[in-house]
Amino acid sequence: MDIRLPLGMLFSIVGALLAGFGVATASSQMYRQHSLGINVNIWSGLGMLAFGLTLLWLAKRKTA
Amino acid sequence: MQLAWIDYLLIIIYFSFVLGIGFVLKRHARTSTDFFLSGRSIPAWITGLAFISANLGAQEVIGMGASGAKYGIATSHFYWIGAIPAMIFVGIFMMPFYYGSRARSVPEYLKLRFDEKTRGLNAISFAAMTVFSSGVSMYAMGKLLQLLLGWDFTVSVLLSAAIVLIYTYLGGLTSAIYNEVLQFFLIVAGFVPLVVIGLIDVGGWDGLTARLAIESVSRGFDPGAMTQSWQHMGSPSSNPMGVEWFGLVMGLGFVLSFGYWCTDFLVVQRAMAADSMNSARRTPLIAAVPKMLFPVLVILPGMIAIAVAPRSDIGYAGSGAHGGLAPVQIAGARPQLVAAQTPLAAVRPQGLIPPKLNEAGEPVVGTDGRVALDYDLAIPMMLQHYFPAGMLGLGLCALMASFMSGMAGNTTAFNTVWTYDIYQSYIKPNASDAHYLAMGRAATVFGIAISIAAAFVARQFNNIMDLLQLVFAFVNAPLFATFMLGMFWKRATGHGAFIGLLSGTLAASVHHGLTLPIGAAVGFKGGFLGSVVHTYPSEMAQNFWTAIFAWTTCLLVTIFVSLFTEPRRDEELTGLVYSLTPVPQDRGLPWHKRPGPLAIGVGAMTIVLNLIFW
Repeated sequence: MDIRLPLGMLFSIVGALLAGFGVATASSQMYRQHSLGINVNIWSGLGMLAFGLTLLWLAKRKTA
Repeated sequence: MQLAWIDYLLIIIYFSFVLGIGFVLKRHARTSTDFFLSGRSIPAWITGLAFISANLGAQEVIGMGASGAKYGIATSHFYWIGAIPAMIFVGIFMMPFYYGSRARSVPEYLKLRFDEKTRGLNAISFAAMTVFSSGVSMYAMGKLLQLLLGWDFTVSVLLSAAIVLIYTYLGGLTSAIYNEVLQFFLIVAGFVPLVVIGLIDVGGWDGLTARLAIESVSRGFDPGAMTQSWQHMGSPSSNPMGVEWFGLVMGLGFVLSFGYWCTDFLVVQRAMAADSMNSARRTPLIAAVPKMLFPVLVILPGMIAIAVAPRSDIGYAGSGAHGGLAPVQIAGARPQLVAAQTPLAAVRPQGLIPPKLNEAGEPVVGTDGRVALDYDLAIPMMLQHYFPAGMLGLGLCALMASFMSGMAGNTTAFNTVWTYDIYQSYIKPNASDAHYLAMGRAATVFGIAISIAAAFVARQFNNIMDLLQLVFAFVNAPLFATFMLGMFWKRATGHGAFIGLLSGTLAASVHHGLTLPIGAAVGFKGGFLGSVVHTYPSEMAQNFWTAIFAWTTCLLVTIFVSLFTEPRRDEELTGLVYSLTPVPQDRGLPWHKRPGPLAIGVGAMTIVLNLIFW
């Protein structure tokens, strides 16, 4: 098994979830309380999603 | 710390992947070589990440954060003078013998190079050490989850043990390595945002320097003692670590780090799983690149944790203005704060770090009259402080993953050494491969069972674990001298190695028994041989010098005994000793596939890092 497959899947799923949760809670007080008003869920989530999709693309390119 | 549904969901998704990988890889573990050495088929970048990840257990994440808060940037010596030079050495000079000799474990190399008794000594002490450190890992995790989330200790320990058991039992080393790579990226994903937000909050590196200058002065050091790694190493009294440069370079940089990275099967096993000699040699060199950047991820949060003002603390002047705190304000605010609060609140956390509590729940006051801080909580407190729901779940996942990969690393190293070096050598030689594969799986089960027992023993009697770790330190300290002589001096003999190792261990215990760190009571901390000959300025200085004494004794005794015993013939040592082994050729390959240029690049980057934070 190509390790990029499970790794890419995990990061894509977790990244999408985090970013989605970030968008849904964008107006929440908790970002002001904890992360200096930065919506850290959206940014980290998008970063993880991009990384995950890149790995999936690399894994797919190799087998194709 | 309260978790939201999203946090639980992320944790559940992560662990389903961990278990899923075990189930998928089950069909790849058909022979004992598959199970114990991943069939020697893993590419270098994966073994490289697993190489550092297996070491990235609880001690690393929690411990380095704690040291960052305690000692500041000097903690980076564990990386930039400790780990990296040793990783370069193991890749360039030692891997040709480990991989080239086709030894299946580090103890087995000792058998090939020296003799049966040297292997036996190393195999048994290593096997015992791994199951117990795995137990300590479980104990630490159970305690932390109980403290942070109120989870039941027994449930946390059993659940984490069950997950590790399932995936290592099914997929063996491959499964452990894949999960280590997963965990590596998870730690990065969880900790990068933490450091970024933390740095913004304290006003960048300059803001952190200014804040730590106050902390440093309040402890009686120069303002830069916590943000400059080498300048204050001239004497033990001028830096928070209490060490001087010679003890640091020789004790930590040479003996301890080389001893760990070059001879500990837990990490070497990852390189042995590589698909070729070239990949095996590049494994530690590839690992060195992220490794040298790790201080940013694990030490900086600790430093930020001690520098930042707790936001809930309304007594602080201007606590609402993040990053805008002038040093004078902080210095002035402290006495006023203490006076204004009730006695319990007077021992306010320093930065985010709460005071250490004794059994009765009261803060512990150190010999210097200051309240002792629970530094191990630096990283968990940072997560709680800066992460909202969502990222908090991811951060906790990363933390749990690091505990578990530590356990899995120990488990896979244990089952290999047990099966090949103890069971096959002394209990049942000449059985079928299927038999040893089954034995490896059984060893996984009882290894974890012993670890669980150790975790509960550690919970009951903290001292037993202190004692065991002390004994292991004595056993490990001289090891590197044995390997160095074995690999680079063909005259070294088995009798020499065996007696040298025992003398080194003895020298370590004698040195420890006759010295004491300042302010410590006689007992595990030293002085147990009746009289105290020397008092060290810190525990760390004592440890470094114990290692130096053990290593030197082992080196001298091994040389001495070897000269009086029968050497082995040259033909028997081909592939095991430097002068009798052809140097692996890699000409014609691009630079990034050649160990030499990689090593030079990694070395140069490390020097630059040392200079930047000089």
